[in-house]
Amino acid sequence: MIKIENLQHYYTDSDGNEVKALDGVDLTIGQGEFVAIIGANGSGKSTLARHLNCLLLPTDGRVEISGLDTREEKNMWDIRQQVGMVFQNPDNQIVAAVVEEDVAFGPENIGVPGPEIAPRVAKALAAVGMTEYAKHAPHRLSGGQKQRVAIAGIMALEPKCIVLDEPTAMLDPQGRKEIVSTVQKLNQEKNITIVYITHYMVEALAADRVVVMEKGHVRFMGTPKEVFSRVDELEALGLEAPLAAKVASELRKSGVKLPSGIITDEELAQALCQ
Amino acid sequence: MSIKLSNIYHTYSKGTPFERLALQDVSVAIAKGEIVAIIGHTGSGKSTLVQHLNGLLKPDKGTATIDDMDITAKGQQAKAARQQVGMVFQYPEHQIFAETVFEDIAFGPRNKGFNEEEVAKAVREAMEFVGLDYDTFAERSPFQLSGGQMRRVAIAGVVAMNPDYLVLDEPSAGLDPRSRNAVFREIMALHKSRGIAIVLVTHSMEEAVKYANRMLVINGGQVLFDGEPAAIFKEHGDELVQVGVDVPQVYKLADLLRHKGMSLPEGIKDEMALVKAIKQAKGWK
Repeated sequence: MIKIENLQHYYTDSDGNEVKALDGVDLTIGQGEFVAIIGANGSGKSTLARHLNCLLLPTDGRVEISGLDTREEKNMWDIRQQVGMVFQNPDNQIVAAVVEEDVAFGPENIGVPGPEIAPRVAKALAAVGMTEYAKHAPHRLSGGQKQRVAIAGIMALEPKCIVLDEPTAMLDPQGRKEIVSTVQKLNQEKNITIVYITHYMVEALAADRVVVMEKGHVRFMGTPKEVFSRVDELEALGLEAPLAAKVASELRKSGVKLPSGIITDEELAQALCQ
Repeated sequence: MSIKLSNIYHTYSKGTPFERLALQDVSVAIAKGEIVAIIGHTGSGKSTLVQHLNGLLKPDKGTATIDDMDITAKGQQAKAARQQVGMVFQYPEHQIFAETVFEDIAFGPRNKGFNEEEVAKAVREAMEFVGLDYDTFAERSPFQLSGGQMRRVAIAGVVAMNPDYLVLDEPSAGLDPRSRNAVFREIMALHKSRGIAIVLVTHSMEEAVKYANRMLVINGGQVLFDGEPAAIFKEHGDELVQVGVDVPQVYKLADLLRHKGMSLPEGIKDEMALVKAIKQAKGWK
């Protein structure tokens, strides 16, 4: 689905210095995969995400979406229809005064025939669990609900992939849970490829694969178990392993023998209270 | 020394079909030297509440005072009272506008009527406080800095006005764990050295329990709980989840371990305390 080869992205800052935001990223993501990307501020996560639907183009190297090269201008609309983006701030992504009109904006914009729009909107709202809010005013919804409307707006375009760039950064705990479970559901039930950028390690636990970025590179990647077991390495990168992994690591350091790969509360409880 | 909100009510879009009662009958006093966390789901009234602390919003009913001075009044005295309360909004780096870090931080103190010598001193001190080296950063463009550094510039701009109370609305949103810790280290240092009261609006239960000595839980425009964070998390865990907030991860993990039969003491606030308690429970050295 997504093929990234030796992707480089440089830009010149206002002092005239060349900044290497991405410096040789190789990454392949299969259709239906759920990939979380973590990394410190400035590690290149968002720059990488913006290459997935032509918001940014490579300085060097290439990005292919379903075999389409993002550098070819003629591919752009096709790619944007396949890959939708959700950003941090729910308030900046809403355009209409009624939820269903907001969700209809995308399909209308790409010229979906009129009679097809309403069913698409209904399907998209159902997919994110917002059907009962179809006639509501978006600005009166909670943050989590607004983000789900934003996701529905993308679902109405029938994409293959959704890229979410810190979608929960501005949400309350309830909203964060809503987004993670919505995304998981779309991934599992609709086989939508998910690229999920976050600073909340707990959210990355839901992914099939976790990619750790540092200074424009992929530093390492693997299953959540593999990645979050590397507690000290994550800390050195300015990140944090989930609490259970940290506690397990501290216990091991003081000589307690525990099985490897403990990252969730349940796993730790099982290891400690048999 | 305290900010006092007494029986305040606030309604948005009054007299329109969108009328919404955001605060009803809220009474809170925040004394100098306190660190108060404010939690509650989106739309619970947290932001409306804190905007009454420095007169950004006027209550429909009730009073807002600082040391008995009505801060919603007109005149120099009320203005001076309002200026004792520094407000750092969400994503404050979006409000940075000047060409250099120095100029950006100097804006507030100049506005307050400091002379240039006082301005320079205030800027230098504020930068020291937030951990930005003066010689390295003062003449740099703030837009060239990392997200964490820009946020510190924005916080420094408020600190430079030398407030007695500092209100921060989600100061760690969008920052990676290391930058989050760094920002809080500086806020705590500020509290310690100048005795500034900190009001922290947050969606992170971890931050509330780690940094605050008092916590207000807001729900439906009212104060649901007011007390010590650890005590509220311990006694009202289920109710907190019901009103759309949460308990810290370390509480959940400790509860799970207790549930599975491990005997752990109450009041475990962080991972190191939990590690220690587990070792004790298991008889490990």
